[in-house]
Parts: sequence; C-alpha cells; structure tokens
Amino acid sequence: MNFMYERFLGGKNGAIGMAILAVLILIILPMSLDLFRLNMVGKYLTYAFVAVSLVLLWGYGGILSLGQGVFFGLGGYAMAMFLKLEASDPISTSIQSTPGIPDFMDWNQITELPWFWVPFHSFTFTLFAVIAVPAIFAFIIGYSMFKRRVGGVYFAIITQVIAVILTVLIVGQQGYTGGINGITDLKTIHGWDIRDDSSKYILYFINAFLLFGVILVSRFILTSKFGRLLLAMRDKEDRVRFSGYDVSNFKIFIFCVSAIIAAIGGAMFTLQVGFMSPSFVGIVPSIEMVIFAAVGGRMSLIGVVYGTLLVNYGKTVFSETFPEIWLFLMGGLFIAVVMFFPNGLAGIWDKYGKTQLNRISKMKFISSAKALINSKRTSPARDSK
Amino acid sequence: MSEFNRRKFLGKTAALLSAMVAAGFISTSAMAMDATTTGQAVTDTTVTVGILHSLTGTMAISETGAQEAEKLAIKQINESGGILGRQIEIIQEDGASDWPTFAEKSRKLLVQDKVAAVFGCWTSASRKAALPVFEQENGLLYYPTFYEGLEQSHNVIYTGQEATQQILAGLDWVAKEKEAKTFYLIGSDYIWPRTSMKIARKHIENVLGGKVVGEDYKPLGDTQFGSTINKIRLKKPDVIYAAVVGGSNVAWFKQLKAAGITSENQTLLTISVTEDEVLGIGGENLEGFYSVMKYFQSQDNANNAAFVKEFKAMWGDDSVIGDVTQAAYLGPWLWKAAVERAGSFDVDKVVAESEKGDIELTTAPEGYVKLHPNHHLWSKARVGQWNKDGQATIVYESELIEPNPFPEGYQ
Repeated sequence: MNFMYERFLGGKNGAIGMAILAVLILIILPMSLDLFRLNMVGKYLTYAFVAVSLVLLWGYGGILSLGQGVFFGLGGYAMAMFLKLEASDPISTSIQSTPGIPDFMDWNQITELPWFWVPFHSFTFTLFAVIAVPAIFAFIIGYSMFKRRVGGVYFAIITQVIAVILTVLIVGQQGYTGGINGITDLKTIHGWDIRDDSSKYILYFINAFLLFGVILVSRFILTSKFGRLLLAMRDKEDRVRFSGYDVSNFKIFIFCVSAIIAAIGGAMFTLQVGFMSPSFVGIVPSIEMVIFAAVGGRMSLIGVVYGTLLVNYGKTVFSETFPEIWLFLMGGLFIAVVMFFPNGLAGIWDKYGKTQLNRISKMKFISSAKALINSKRTSPARDSK
Repeated sequence: MSEFNRRKFLGKTAALLSAMVAAGFISTSAMAMDATTTGQAVTDTTVTVGILHSLTGTMAISETGAQEAEKLAIKQINESGGILGRQIEIIQEDGASDWPTFAEKSRKLLVQDKVAAVFGCWTSASRKAALPVFEQENGLLYYPTFYEGLEQSHNVIYTGQEATQQILAGLDWVAKEKEAKTFYLIGSDYIWPRTSMKIARKHIENVLGGKVVGEDYKPLGDTQFGSTINKIRLKKPDVIYAAVVGGSNVAWFKQLKAAGITSENQTLLTISVTEDEVLGIGGENLEGFYSVMKYFQSQDNANNAAFVKEFKAMWGDDSVIGDVTQAAYLGPWLWKAAVERAGSFDVDKVVAESEKGDIELTTAPEGYVKLHPNHHLWSKARVGQWNKDGQATIVYESELIEPNPFPEGYQ
C-alpha cells in the first residue's frame, strides 16, 4: 500500500496535488459550467495528454519533440476513420456516385474503399490502432534517430520536419484522408450518438479518468529506477553510457510511451469535438503543445494540466472578448510566464504554494525535509541543451 | 488555494484575466436571459446575429472584406428601421484561419449566444468544419464564398456562386471569343480547385470538344511555380485556366511575368482572383488577364455606385471590393427578406420562406438576384479583364444562371 502510494501518487505532495486536481476536474468544473463550456474543457484536457507526454519526454528525458502533434493526429485520425466509416453507411450516402464510402472519397472520384481503411470497420481494431500505429511510428523514428545518437536541436528539427511531411501528405492525398478539410461530420459509435448531451458528459468523464490514469502511470515510470536514469541521461548522457547503459534504448522507450499518451489524447479529441483535421498535425499545434507544457512547468505532471487549461482558457476568453487583438494578449501572457516564471505554474507552486501549505498543515520536520529533497530532485537542471 | 498566490505573483496579468473571465460570465448570463421562447436572443427591440470570419491568420486578408460588408449591410438595415422593428446587434468571433476554431466559435454563437443567424466562413474547409454544428444546433449560416458545390444543407444559404455558375459560362466565353481548343489547368491542392477542375475538364472535353493538355496542383501557400511554367511553355496551351488561391497568387503571377508569359502572348482565365487578391499581386503583374466572377467593383449600375460609395465611407477610400465581399453584403439583406416574410426569426420558418424560391433582391450591387429553392442564388457570370490600376473592365456578362450544386454529367 505504501509502495503504491509513493510510486503512483508521488508521496504526500503528489497525492495532495492529484486530489486537488481531481476535485477541480471531476467535481467543481462539471458542477459550475454549462455543457458547452464543459465540452470545451474536455477538449482542452485532451491537449493535456500531450503536455503530460512532454513532461516525460522533455522535462525528464531532455528530448524536445516539436512534433507531438503527429502522434496526437495519428490517434485522432485512427478514431476518426472508424467514426467516418460508421457515418458513411450506404443509406445516408445514397446520393453519392458510390454509396457506402466516405463523402470526401466520392468527391475525389474514388470508387472503392482503400485497403487501409477496411480494418477500421472494427472498433476493437481501431482502439488497437490508436495505440499501436503511433507507437510503431515513434519506434521507427526513435530507432533511426537515437541509435545514431541524434539528439538535442537536431532531433527537435527532425520532429518538426516529420510534422510538416505528415501534414503535406494528409493534405495532398485528400481522396484518402479528407485533405485540408479533415474528416468531418462524425456521428456515432455502434449507434451511440456522440453528439447528444448525455454522451458529452460521459465522454468528458471518460477523458478525465483516462487523463488521471495516464498521470498515474507516468508518475510510476518517473519514480522508478528508469525515471532516475532518464534524469541522469538528460544531465550527463555520456556518464550514463559509460556506466554500461544503452542510452538509445531508454530514449526509444520513452519516446514511444509519450507517443502513445499523445495519441490517446488525439482519439479522445476526435470523440469530443466530432472531427479531425491536419491542422492538429503540423508545426504550429505541436509547438503550442510545448507552450502548454512550458507554462504549466515541464517537470510537473500536474502542473502541465493547469498550464494547458490556463492557456486555452486565456485563448477562449481573450478571443471572445477582444476578437481583434487577442493574439497580442496571448503573446504577452507567454512572454510574462517565460520571463517571470521559468518553471511555469508548477514553479510558482513549488516556491510559494508549498511553503504556505506546509505552514498550514504544520508538518513535522522530517516530512518537510523530505519535501525539500523532493523539490530539489524535481527542479529542472538548467536547460536541456 | 493557489488563487491567492497566483494573483499576488502574476500581478496584473492575472487581474486582467480574472476581470475578463468575470466580464465573460456576466455577458453570457445576460445573453441567456434575453432569449425568447423560441430559444433565440431576440428581445422586443433587438435581435442578435453572429459574424464569424478570420480576423487573424493567413485568411484574414481575404475575410476582412466579407465581414466589413456584412457590418455595412447590418448598419444600413438598422438605419432603415431594423428587422420586424428590432435593431440588429452583432457578436463577432474570430475563426483565426483555423477550421476547428470555426466549429468551436459556431457552437459558442449558437448555444451560448443563441444568435438568430450567423454570417460567416470563407474557405470550404471552415464551412465543412462548422456545418455539423449548424445542422445539429439548427442554426442558420449565410456563406458568401464562390465554392465547389456538391452541398445543400438545410441550415446554410449560399450567397456566392457554386462551381457550375462560375465555371461553365467562363469556359464557354473563352472557347467562343478566343477560339480556344487546348487548356492547361492549374490550381491549389484542396477540395475547391480539384472539384472545379473536374467540372472544367468534363465541360472542355465533352461539351466544347477541346483538350486538356496539363493539370497541376500546388500545395496551399506554395510559391514555386517554375516547373509548372516550364510545362506550360512546352505544351503551349491556348488558355491557362487557373484556380490558385491566397498568397500563392503573388508568386504565380510574378513568375509568369518573369518567364515572359503575359497577356500579349497568352490567354489566362482565373476563377480565383478578385480585387482583393489583385491588391496583393499588383495590377501590373496580371494586366490583360481575365477573371470570371459574378461581381466586379467596376460594375456600372446605380446599386453598385451607392454600395461602393457607402463601403468606402465606412471602411476607408483605400478599400477594394471583391466578389466575396459583395456576396457577403447580400447575406443580411436576404435574411431580412426571409424573416419579414416569415414574421419570425425561427430558423425553420426562415428557411421555409427562403426555399419558396421567390425571394429577390433588386438592390444587389451585382444586379438582380433571386434565391433558388436549393439555397443558392440565381446570378450572372461576368468576365473581367484586369487593368494596371487593379480594377477590371467587364468584357462579358452572361444571362441569369440557375444554380445547380449537383450537376448531372459533371460528377
């Protein structure tokens, strides 16, 4: 029990952070927001999956991926393909030249369902693909990069290039992918309408629980020996290698894990928003997701969730209130965070929030010493070069 | 918990943010209270509509004109007494050139603000993203852009031309006037150019008896037309038929000119260049080339003279008016006509009136238009030849063309 507590929740501080976040997401937000806003929060929380994946990869692994949108997109597209096939039954597409195939294929003179679409008739296969496709893709990229010891800036650039390539591919092959419009007008899973009010609530909670699950698993990974190795690799890769560890294998593993986490977010996005488009795959969304992580604090699994919520909330509020100048306000927010709080929201919490909390709970000397060690251990070491 | 600390340390940023949050909540709850029994934001003296265009991002340059025209129309309607005795109030949202944002903002306008109608969207992609929201929430969208057709939603009125209206008349004209037999098709790579070219190819091959000697698609935003231009030189087509959109146009026309392909030795007909694009391309770079549109700013009639004058008075002397801007201007007027007939803002009743097929506008700057039961407009196609000053001389005007979003034989 104690083992589980330490490993999954990260001790007392972690448990308190989790509890506060759980109360916020599972109780306060659903009670205080109307469905429209809650659905938006649900959408933002799907981005939080990507932010969490970046904590593993960038915060701890020191591997900055500027192409996480690729995996978010792959997960989202896999789900969208299933939903689109279900929405394209022969009866509702009877006005097409070829009924029974998605509408955008018909517009592009495709008369037969392409082979790689066929398995997506099965929901089980789709769930499998949401996990497996990004994982395999990440493995291929990771294997070819890390085995050759490509890292740092070069890796970041290559991930960007991959994001561009995938976007161009999706846009260019519009007969097979829906092109720049994306895959739209998604309706049901096995007849269960994902658009009506009750399913929006259900999807919100599924999404929230999945997010907590992902955070717990991530915490488990980070508090393991592997987590320490990650940190060591980030700060002095050569020493880890000289100690006899195969650094590239660890990197490939964490890259695959982060890809899977991002893909789960993508699949949940498709379900809640009702479509998927290449605008989530490219460079801009990928960098935006890095910003979410930076604002939240890239060393904090909980912090990035707040970061994602704050940035997107700011985006929504600014753009609704000042439609003409909202981008400047967002820019100001980013600059302020980077200048004054380099460790993001989590940094603020560590510096001021925790001491307040400790004072309130009158912690014993030992546990506060433990907290101090904890906070030292998790404070980011300079920059990830 | 962290609220206290955050505010303390984020200082002004946080204070500003929370003020905005509060403002947002207050305004939304006020909105909800105003809604009438039909569930729309209609009071005894006001009715609220939404405007949803990109104010930021790559599409802002094209969409600015549309939202300006919609605001002008709404202002004029308000000055002449409003609709059913109610003044129109506008809630504007920014689609940010991002299709998912269009969907999100559409939902916000329909669900939260309960607007009676939305004037908005520009690209097909943004319309496709927003469309399911409008259908699900039973909203009403007035869509201003010329587009590929193959769509007819209960919840959308299309005030621009669908593909056949624009394309067929233009091709007929060029085949007759220029005795064109061979065509080179080039477009940006997305749904609208591809569908348009599909229709153009069928028309060229099956009706005109001509030949398509090349067909090229370039990614959106591409600026390298060298290979296409070389192929054009090789094939020597009678007509270059172009549907290059947005910023790519600047590179496309400049590189054509640099390669020595000008109106003196080549006929070029485009379906994607309006006065707005010419502003960016520079009139000298496409002088003598042709566009086929339903409206040009230089159109000579009393309606248009008044429209251009009012538009410039409201938005500045430097502003130009393109095809989509004019089509956007029609939206609020068509809505007004349908609402007044229905005696209600209820979407289903307004659509039912619109589908009767006899709503007409005699005051449209482009001339007479009439709403077809298939939600599109009867309109004329016009061919304009571009001048150095960025205005077009109209060289051909068709008869009133029936809209046909699902053309038989062109699928």
